[in-house]
Amino acid sequence: MSEDNDETQTAEETPVEETESQDKVISPEKAEEAKLKARYPNLGHKPGGSDLLRKRLQKGQKYFDSGDYNMAKAKTKNKQLPTAAPEKTEITGDHIPTPQDLPQRKPSLVASKLAG
Amino acid sequence: MQCGISAGKGIQLEGPGGDMQWCFSQVKGAIDDDVAEADIISTVEFNHTGELLATGDKGGRVVIFQQEVENKNLPQFRSEYNVYSTFQSHEPEFDYLKSLEIEEKINKIRWLPQKNAAQFLLSTNDKTIKLWKISERDKRPEGYNLKEEDGRYRDRNTITALRVPVLIPMDLMVEASPRRVFANAHTYHINSVSVNSDNETYLSADDLRVNLWNLEITDRSFNIVDIKPANMEELTEVITAAEFHPHQCNTFVYSSSKGTIRLCDMRVSALCDKHSKLFEEPENPSNRSFFSEIISSISDVKFSHNGRYMMTRDYLSVKIWDLNMENRPVETYQVHEYLRSKLCSLYENDCIFDKFECCWNGNDSVVMTGSYNNFFRMFDRGQRRDATLEASRENSKPLQVLKPRKVCTGGKRKKDEISVDSLDFNKKILHTAWHPQDNIIAVATINNLYIFQDKVN
Repeated sequence: MSEDNDETQTAEETPVEETESQDKVISPEKAEEAKLKARYPNLGHKPGGSDLLRKRLQKGQKYFDSGDYNMAKAKTKNKQLPTAAPEKTEITGDHIPTPQDLPQRKPSLVASKLAG
Repeated sequence: MQCGISAGKGIQLEGPGGDMQWCFSQVKGAIDDDVAEADIISTVEFNHTGELLATGDKGGRVVIFQQEVENKNLPQFRSEYNVYSTFQSHEPEFDYLKSLEIEEKINKIRWLPQKNAAQFLLSTNDKTIKLWKISERDKRPEGYNLKEEDGRYRDRNTITALRVPVLIPMDLMVEASPRRVFANAHTYHINSVSVNSDNETYLSADDLRVNLWNLEITDRSFNIVDIKPANMEELTEVITAAEFHPHQCNTFVYSSSKGTIRLCDMRVSALCDKHSKLFEEPENPSNRSFFSEIISSISDVKFSHNGRYMMTRDYLSVKIWDLNMENRPVETYQVHEYLRSKLCSLYENDCIFDKFECCWNGNDSVVMTGSYNNFFRMFDRGQRRDATLEASRENSKPLQVLKPRKVCTGGKRKKDEISVDSLDFNKKILHTAWHPQDNIIAVATINNLYIFQDKVN
């Protein structure tokens, strides 16, 4: 249903009680927040902040940096490189990737099922 | 386009979504539940006449459907959309320098207005925009002097006379070819492209920047918005969508993850970091919770066809803004308010980050957006009515009228209602499109495309 915005009140707001006693009537949103904080006590207070955003900006990043590379180099000094193509997740940290080792992402050769 | 009113008689079908009764028309895609990643539909767009309907998927493929025009005078005018062309637009890439995997998923398709016999569209993945030309070939030359029909060269000794090759009709062949590739202009992931009304330029937007391109020039792009902070630790918001005004070629808007929309005028300065207008609804600070900012993030912004309004979609609602009023929207529609008491689990399963799109009908009287459980919502602005409909194979008999659906929030669940806890959050409708003139809609579930039509078209 539509609401013409005459006031700035949102749907879940309960007016008077909240100012008198914060615990009396909790909005569903705040109840959900309490639930989340109970499950994850270490959750930071900046939900929409830089951590979340930076994770979003880094989507698709496969390997970390030269530190990762050097760690892997140190670990594999006495190890042999695995011969089979490793899983995507194993590639960092334990093994120095080369372009040949990367899982080849080939374009789908199959036609879209929408066209079928 | 009149909704269900025939001239003189005033026949109106009372039903959900105002005077419209939606009927199943077609469904495209595989029936089986085992969905391959590549088949996930990522964008749906009608062209400017509505004759063509394009879809893009996670596998980088584009499928274009064409409307077969039947006799419009028939009482049950049904136009079918059939496959017109399909091609691989983008392929997976790996940026070795940045150690970045570049998905081939098509994020957006935008059609150019038709200028000649061919059709053009822009399709983009996270990093590269491509201009595709789709052209028809229905004639082929026959009677070359030096070559046989199969291409082999004729034996010179057998050529005794000169002939003029002629063009003979052949079966229609639709060819798609990439005419321009606009690459290397985006450090972050492209979320929008928008063609300008001047038909010469277009914008592309990523998380932090908006670039302006000339459709003819691929090696140069002008940066018109840059919200990257000097210190990335200070990053507080990202750009989520951007669009050019439908008529004013100097005006565009971009939305943010904090629920604001900025309108920019390119005549003011080359770099539009200073907005001309800032649209933001004030929030009651006592209502603020951990989820407030996340659910206020705008996932889509669309100008109305008449250019006087714009619509934004955030996680729980659709808002209509008058371009002349910045301090609050003029209309707010709740899409699925019952999810507010489920935000904790929706955060845990990442659904709270789902990016729903929204669209206007041809005369800006009705807006539509998707939801979960393969439900989609329509809001009739004039009639002040709304409807919840479902795209499912069970309701896919030809011309079957869609029954309105209802989600039960309270205790007692009525027959035919579905409780909030029974909703399938994997069945999400993120992409919907409305024919520019007629009451024909395209609704994409995860891997199927449904086409519905108004009964009295």
